[in-house]
Amino acid sequence: MSASEQESTHRAIERVARESYGRLVAYLSSHTHDVGSAEDAVSNALVVALETWPRDGVPQSPEAWLLTTARRSFIDLVRHRQVAEASEPTLALLREESKDMTLSPEFPDERLKLLFVCAHPAIDPGMHTPLMLQTVLGLDAARIAHAFLISPTTMGQRLVRAKTKIRDAGIRFEIPQERELPQRLDAVLEAIYAAFGIGWDDMAGVDQRGRDLAEEAIWLARVLLQLMPGQPEVHGLLALMLHSEARRAARRATDGRYVPLSEQDYQKWSLPLMEEAERHLDEASSRGRTGRFQLEAAIQSVHAERARSGAIQWNAIMMFYEQLIRISPTLGTRTGYAAAVAEAKGAEPGLVALDGMDADAISAYQPYWAVRAHLLQRLGKTPEALDAFDRAIGLTEDPAVRAFLLQRRG
Amino acid sequence: MQFALLIFEPPQAFAARNADENDPYLGAWRAYHKALVEADIFVGGSPLQPPETGTTVRLKDGKRRVQDGPFADTKEQLGGFTILELPSLDAALEWAARCPAAAIGAVEVRPVSPEYLRRVTG
Repeated sequence: MSASEQESTHRAIERVARESYGRLVAYLSSHTHDVGSAEDAVSNALVVALETWPRDGVPQSPEAWLLTTARRSFIDLVRHRQVAEASEPTLALLREESKDMTLSPEFPDERLKLLFVCAHPAIDPGMHTPLMLQTVLGLDAARIAHAFLISPTTMGQRLVRAKTKIRDAGIRFEIPQERELPQRLDAVLEAIYAAFGIGWDDMAGVDQRGRDLAEEAIWLARVLLQLMPGQPEVHGLLALMLHSEARRAARRATDGRYVPLSEQDYQKWSLPLMEEAERHLDEASSRGRTGRFQLEAAIQSVHAERARSGAIQWNAIMMFYEQLIRISPTLGTRTGYAAAVAEAKGAEPGLVALDGMDADAISAYQPYWAVRAHLLQRLGKTPEALDAFDRAIGLTEDPAVRAFLLQRRG
Repeated sequence: MQFALLIFEPPQAFAARNADENDPYLGAWRAYHKALVEADIFVGGSPLQPPETGTTVRLKDGKRRVQDGPFADTKEQLGGFTILELPSLDAALEWAARCPAAAIGAVEVRPVSPEYLRRVTG
């Protein structure tokens, strides 16, 4: 096999791994609830693929091939574990199951159930996102650990513990009932958004949770949308992330300097991504049920409008924030509201809005101090502004943002 | 729980020890220190003078061995330490990431050992 053929085989494996991983894990684990063994089985199948496909060629139906191989490995793994734990009933169930697991490439897509399992209320909320990234996308613990600023060993242990809980606590693989659905869906959306790690970047406030996983988060939202096309908040979340992603190239100057949103060169924004975001926002609003992510996306949409009109409609942003505070009065929302008030009505009322926030909650919240510093500076309250700048700078992780704030501080 | 942040810095960070008041690295450290104090987690700590000012002592076979310079000769050298009072390692890592040295050197987070301290102090 030539080097280029080998290369294309590897690409084919990567592609099928990316697209099929979550489907295979979800399908294999949906009845036994054994996510860990399902993952091991799919990984084993991918290893076999890496060994044999370059030699024998890519099979006609790569996903069906992977399923067959993974299923064999899965049965071995679960049998091994069952023997160790001497739990015959599950083994019998599995034998029954394996008859149903046909060779057909058309096996049911259980990823939606898996997403709901990952964001189940019985699972530690801090583990919702890592679980999704690992089980649906196949990301390794180390990569997730970097993004969430946890040691790789600790992240690995927490993931194993969460999967053991899924297996042993009887968490059902099912789509929640109508009654529970809004709340359960919120948890899934929150977890996807946490992977996105949006920089709240209008005034050099940075509130990153997950980091460097933006593409994976968008991928997850697309998967979710495909599985739940009728939910306006799913469209809202995707619109929000696409608007933010559209600005990636404009967030840094060519020399690496940080550029806040309102000063970004909109020529550098990605028009296709913005248009796609707008389509999702339209689709969401046509369903007449507003929600947190739609409102956040609407705020980003107003910023995007600057590419057409050259101006930012701060009044509109302020109004969206007012609605958002009613649904989701988080620190981020309230800080964003204050920044919008400052632009729409003046720095003084903006500061009043900041003053209303809880002193304990904001003490280590960087965006609050970044906005406060800018407003105090605009009002000429120099000593207080310097103090607030220091607080913001001291809480900043991103060196480019730190340099920007140091420069503004003067 | 107390955690030590061991701060490893590259040569340019040590060189900046004598920089003027407007040095951005100094400004970043000032702000970081203020944030630690305001968050009420700062227990103690200090920056250190450059590694070449260090002198290392060993006793080998009852003989004193004195060496100019630091214990280990690496590109990034121990440049200071900070002890913080925090509820968890997760919180300590958050603060380590915000440390100005993290972007140019490295910050090692280690829990202090009160158990061993008790055994030492009796």
